[in-house]
Amino acid sequence: MKQAGNTRHSKGDFLFKLIAAACTAILLLVMAGIMFQLVRYSTLSLQQFGFGFLTSEAWNPVTGDYGAASSILGTLVSTAIAMLLAVPTSFFIALLLAELAPPAVSKVTGYAIELLAAIPSIIYGMWGLFVFAPFMADRVQPFLGKHLSFLPLFHGPPMGIGMLTAGIILALMILPFISAVMRDVFTMVPAVVKEAGYGVGGSTWEVTRYVTMPYGFAGILGASFLGLGRALGETMAVTFVIGNKHAISVSLFAAGNTIASTLANEFAEASEPLYVSSLVELGLILFAITLIIQIISHFWLSKIRDAVGAGL
Amino acid sequence: MIHRSSKQRNFLNLVTQVVAAFGALLGIFFLGWIVFEVLKRGGAALSWSFFTQLPPPPGVESGGVANAIVGTLGITGLATVMSVPLGILAGTYLSELGRETALATCARFAANSLVGIPSIIVGLFVYASLVAPMGGFSGYAGAVSLAIIMLPVVATTAESMLNLVPNELRESAIALGAPRWKVTLQIVFRAAKAGILTGIILSVARVSGETAPLLFTALNSPYWPNTFTMPTANLTVTIFNFAMSPYEHWQQIAWGASLLIMAAVLALTVTARVVFRESRR
Repeated sequence: MKQAGNTRHSKGDFLFKLIAAACTAILLLVMAGIMFQLVRYSTLSLQQFGFGFLTSEAWNPVTGDYGAASSILGTLVSTAIAMLLAVPTSFFIALLLAELAPPAVSKVTGYAIELLAAIPSIIYGMWGLFVFAPFMADRVQPFLGKHLSFLPLFHGPPMGIGMLTAGIILALMILPFISAVMRDVFTMVPAVVKEAGYGVGGSTWEVTRYVTMPYGFAGILGASFLGLGRALGETMAVTFVIGNKHAISVSLFAAGNTIASTLANEFAEASEPLYVSSLVELGLILFAITLIIQIISHFWLSKIRDAVGAGL
Repeated sequence: MIHRSSKQRNFLNLVTQVVAAFGALLGIFFLGWIVFEVLKRGGAALSWSFFTQLPPPPGVESGGVANAIVGTLGITGLATVMSVPLGILAGTYLSELGRETALATCARFAANSLVGIPSIIVGLFVYASLVAPMGGFSGYAGAVSLAIIMLPVVATTAESMLNLVPNELRESAIALGAPRWKVTLQIVFRAAKAGILTGIILSVARVSGETAPLLFTALNSPYWPNTFTMPTANLTVTIFNFAMSPYEHWQQIAWGASLLIMAAVLALTVTARVVFRESRR
């Protein structure tokens, strides 16, 4: 900011602005650096396997043959389970926090949900491996196997660890994020709009279903995508409970793997250049997917913010 | 809209309320279950030697994680020292100095994207940029990876907290003839202090439980962290390694370490909340 006749100030201001701009540029450099390094390290694997990498089920460090199919599918399946469980639950939790509960209840509940988000991934992993997986093996999986055995999804021995357990724990982990954003979306819908709904005699559910939901639809989608991005990249909790097996199975009781769990398990020990490169290519795939989802989520959330900011 | 009798409508509304209450109780139930198990199993592992001794070899029924506690404190502290000044200055640029510039727009996009990137990808990046070129895992690399995770969080919170500072404050300081940098450092920062501090504490809470980015950067070590140029002991990777081991005593130590991490993270989260609430009075 240069002011006429005030050169005494302009030097300090220029320097300050320069330093701040340099710090800002670091954010860009890191982002560009991540892309550059991921692509650079994947080159070997990209040249060797091409697009076949995405569809190949092979994963054999001895023969040097790698494919991403089981990791990608495992990531998608565990995330799908998590989303199926977490999105509806979060919707109703957000509804409770924003509309239904008295302020005191809403505050305490909101606080608890926030703490659920603060618990680190590795704690979910410990609890999942030593507490929840045995519970699944003893109670939930035998029950599902008995009553839903007509579905191939619930076949196989109840081992506790596996795709289903990983999906449930993921659901638990993304639930607080989705609920928090959805709650914000609900409270962002202008009170006059809701009051108009109540004014014509709507019940809470009717106002939610026919007024709040259509009004905040973009925000609800954005919140869900935020949770989706988190679930796809979640690493430690999944690594603890998924069983880490490069195999594709119809049964959700079976052990599997995800991109993140494969990286967590194998990267530090990989020494063969092609092995390292294949793992980094997995990382590149994960990076690309989460980046796109992040952008979509921001697009929708800013859409609802703009709509609210612009008034009715 | 479907036409329903008032009885049906009231019933539907009741169902909504019950489902919502059930969902919230489910969340609280799982929170309680996790905290309870960590307290119970972790509490059983705590002892004097747990805080003072090195990890035991398999089969030895003693030892602790003293080196990992020191390592985690060091790595997290170093990451904080690296990321906080950079993050606050970046936030200042985004909010005060270059709000509408192309640099700010791009950096805002980069920061938002970085927040959502899986932390294990950051680990891969630091491996490729530091560990591989320098020829080995190191505590410094671990600290850099945590700093990269903190940086966008600190920058974006700083930006939004500085945005909350009323313009009149800046205008009156400038009217008194203060240069812009002085206005920012001495007036605007002071007004936004509590908010920025909250952001810093929350970002420390977030990274102190991080494991994935340390797996291929700091790795782990059974020794004291005398230097950060070597693989450095830390609590979270210790939990991972010990939990996956077949030895019951190691698994018990992993529970103890989990208790430490959970207590630290929850304490930081609550502190951040208190700081923020106090500032609003």
